[in-house]
Amino acid sequence: MARGGPRNKMPQQDAAKRVKNFDEVALGYTEEQAIDEAERCLNCKHKPCVAGCPVNIDIPAFIELIKSNDFTGAAAEIKKTNSLPAICGRVCPQEEQCEKLCILAKKGESVGIGRLERFAADYEAAHSTAEAAVEPENPGLGQYNVAVVGCGPAGLTVAGDLAKKGYSVTIFEALHKTGGVLRYGIPEFRLPRNILDREVKYVESLGVKIITDIIVGRTFRVEDLLRNGFEAVFVGSGAGAPKLMGIEGENLSGIYSGNEWLTRINLMRAHREEYATPIKIPQKACVIGAGNTAMDCARTAMRIGSKEVTIVYRRSRSEMPARAEEIENAEEEGVKLMLLTNPKRFIGDEKGAVKAIECLRMELGEPDDSGRRRPVAVKDSEFIIQADTVIVALGQNPNPLIRSTTEGLETQSWGGIIINEETGMTSIAGVFAGGDAVTGEATVISAMGAGKIAAEGIDQYIREKHDITTE
Amino acid sequence: MCSKNHGEMCNLAELTPDSLKNTIVHKEKLSPVLTLFEIRAPLIANSAKAGQFVIVWTGEHGERLPLTVSDWDAANGTITLIFQEVGRGTIELGRFEVGDEIPSLAGPLGQPTEIKDFGTAVAIGGGVGTAIARPVAKALKDAGNELITIVGAREKSLIILEDELRSFSDELIVTTDDGSYGRKGLVTEPLKELLDSRKIDFVVAIGPLPMMRAVADTTKPYGVKTIVSLDAIMIDGTGMCGGCRVTVGGKTKFTCVDGPDFDAHEVDWNELRARKAFYFEEESKDRQATLAGGDE
Ligand SMILES: Cc1cc2nc3c(=O)[nH]c(=O)nc-3n(C[C@H](O)[C@H](O)[C@H](O)COP(=O)(O)OP(=O)(O)OC[C@H]3O[C@@H](n4cnc5c(N)ncnc54)[C@H](O)[C@@H]3O)c2cc1C
Ligand SMILES: Cc1cc2nc3c(=O)[nH]c(=O)nc-3n(C[C@H](O)[C@H](O)[C@H](O)COP(=O)(O)OP(=O)(O)OC[C@H]3O[C@@H](n4cnc5c(N)ncnc54)[C@H](O)[C@@H]3O)c2cc1C
Ligand code: SF4
Ligand code: SF4
Ligand code: FES
Repeated sequence: MARGGPRNKMPQQDAAKRVKNFDEVALGYTEEQAIDEAERCLNCKHKPCVAGCPVNIDIPAFIELIKSNDFTGAAAEIKKTNSLPAICGRVCPQEEQCEKLCILAKKGESVGIGRLERFAADYEAAHSTAEAAVEPENPGLGQYNVAVVGCGPAGLTVAGDLAKKGYSVTIFEALHKTGGVLRYGIPEFRLPRNILDREVKYVESLGVKIITDIIVGRTFRVEDLLRNGFEAVFVGSGAGAPKLMGIEGENLSGIYSGNEWLTRINLMRAHREEYATPIKIPQKACVIGAGNTAMDCARTAMRIGSKEVTIVYRRSRSEMPARAEEIENAEEEGVKLMLLTNPKRFIGDEKGAVKAIECLRMELGEPDDSGRRRPVAVKDSEFIIQADTVIVALGQNPNPLIRSTTEGLETQSWGGIIINEETGMTSIAGVFAGGDAVTGEATVISAMGAGKIAAEGIDQYIREKHDITTE
Repeated sequence: MCSKNHGEMCNLAELTPDSLKNTIVHKEKLSPVLTLFEIRAPLIANSAKAGQFVIVWTGEHGERLPLTVSDWDAANGTITLIFQEVGRGTIELGRFEVGDEIPSLAGPLGQPTEIKDFGTAVAIGGGVGTAIARPVAKALKDAGNELITIVGAREKSLIILEDELRSFSDELIVTTDDGSYGRKGLVTEPLKELLDSRKIDFVVAIGPLPMMRAVADTTKPYGVKTIVSLDAIMIDGTGMCGGCRVTVGGKTKFTCVDGPDFDAHEVDWNELRARKAFYFEEESKDRQATLAGGDE
């Protein structure tokens, strides 16, 4: 019988301990907790929660399976539409998606859908013996090659889906490692690397070739792919170009973009002695911005041993774009918040390194386009805060490389690639796109959703082109 | 890549990680601190242009190091890198031998140098910068310029590529700081004489920061278009991190995607110097440790 009451808390590593390590913060439900949480679900006939999930997982169906102790079955149910459940269960902004529409959220706390998804995925990974080989649906399609640009969640999803159908797929990735933002951006205390590695291996096990160190647009171009062996190309190059403030002193040393900070630590492991990439441990770090990237930068700064870490944000707490859970986690770990504060310029020392920020106090005025109240500077409110490290975490734009090297590719004025929403096809026949490269910085699950649509679009395109009718 | 290594693009769908091993086919010590590698990298050899670079990663604990493509041979599918062993990364790279595979090599990156017939062009290489200046000088000559090449180094043993540069330059001037070879003094002295004595239309300078800055100061009063290739600290080399940013003409640029070539008269040299020196302590410590662990 379903019942009300609060949801099961996620067991966590103690804050004092976890700021000294990079191990995962959230520890995951036990079997008992998972079943207890599953019991809260009302198994609603109209399944309102499903509409909130960008890949339409049949949420009550998998939760019913957890209730009945069939955890592996639950994982299989999720995998029908989401090939990366262990990742989504961890990093989806569930409170904005599936859980927001859960009937229980109206009166109290929604079912912990993401937590249950994570539980089922982890259970399956821990208990499945040999990975059952997946047979392609239609081996005849193997003669058709599809190229995927970028090995982030969008690219991995397209590749996995097309390989399952039977196509031969090659992923070309610019960096020396796979995963995109999942590896260089999201820190391992939120997404352990072995989980990411496992998902990438799974995609490879479907027959997908992954070739790193290829910068499409430079090593060769999209057009070369179409001319030399590939029927179709999917561009999943993400939104990797950091936004900066454009104020005085921003290029002083000691000022990093969020991407640089996270890449040094997550990808290059600069904080560890045996790795060559350098980093300086901050005495006082200020992180500008209050989105998920900013929280990740701040919490990472705490973990590498910074004495003090402060988030500087121009609006108030209720406008902070990061997930509530991440803000709480950051505060528990000792990150300070300095709200209604906006940097005006950065001040350097005699060596050209940042030593302070001149800030302005802000107050909230009328709502702006985003519906949030617009921050307005208070006249003559300048004041100085000390900082030997500044991390500017204001988000990312699409990287212009593909756009500037692919003739005929139509993009938005801000750089996003324009596609047909139904098929994922761009203005060039045979070239598809999805994920952050199309939407600007969004979410892992929306990138995957876009990948699914494009996989169908590519399948249809190749079938039509070659008059293939077989199922 | 197909087994033939030929220059044209072959079926890209046949590429596999194994077919793209970056094997070192030739190694040469050009001087006590300068090493040349010829590396199998057919895709890069096929698309490289003068002024572009690659990013080399030496393995799990390594850094991503930007190195200019000093030469390339599309027919053979190889590229040439020439690097100076200055710190942990380049010292470790110098320990690779013929037959070894470089774990990761990506490129070509950056904007190619703008090459056209300017008239009379001066190409200046300082130290290892000479290796980078070579393809640019060659391309300038091929484009029809009258080419004067100036090569400078601290002392005789550090002068590289002299014969080759002489073979395609209309004039070659060599300087050493200590006078052990060629003219004694800095590259800016013969440069100034040239500017005073004839019409120079274009100058490109590649070398240590103080040298490039001195060249910029020398040509500025003459109003001669001067290009430098900046070596900002990089990580990804693809425009993702912004670590390589420089101020040029008052605007922020990313060296790896907007450069590495910039108008020498517009570069904020003090800022670049500061950003390059930021990790000096960490680098020195690493360098000592690498040299000490050298014989393992
Ligand atoms: C710090 C941070 C934290 C985040 N946290 C969350 C979170 O908790 N939950 C959530 O849902 N979302 C989060 N996001 C957003 C999420 O990570 C992205 O929306 C998602 O990764 C987009 O996927 P993608 O496949 O489109 O692109 P990406 O993950 O950006 O992958 C693109 C890949 O393409 C490669 N590439 C780019 N150009 C080329 C080229 N020319 N040739 C070859 N390869 C190329 C890149 O190197 C990269 O590997 C976060 C983002 C950041 C930066
Ligand atoms: C576009 C470009 C092309 C280059 N081409 C060549 C070349 O053809 N031959 C050559 O010998 N050198 C070249 N360099 C310089 C070369 O990249 C550095 O010498 C090398 O990265 C130093 O690494 P290290 O670990 O050996 O030394 P470190 O001890 O780490 O540093 C020594 C010095 O090198 C600079 N440096 C350190 N890390 C980097 C980095 N990741 N990126 C750039 N500079 C860094 C620092 O300013 C430091 O002062 C180039 C640099 C750039 C940006
Ligand atoms: S994938 Fe994300 S949105 Fe969909 S059910 Fe899972 S947690 Fe919710
Ligand atoms: S809306 Fe909530 S209670 Fe209803 S089926 Fe979905 S998860 Fe269960
Ligand atoms: S090296 Fe990262 S943006 Fe240039």
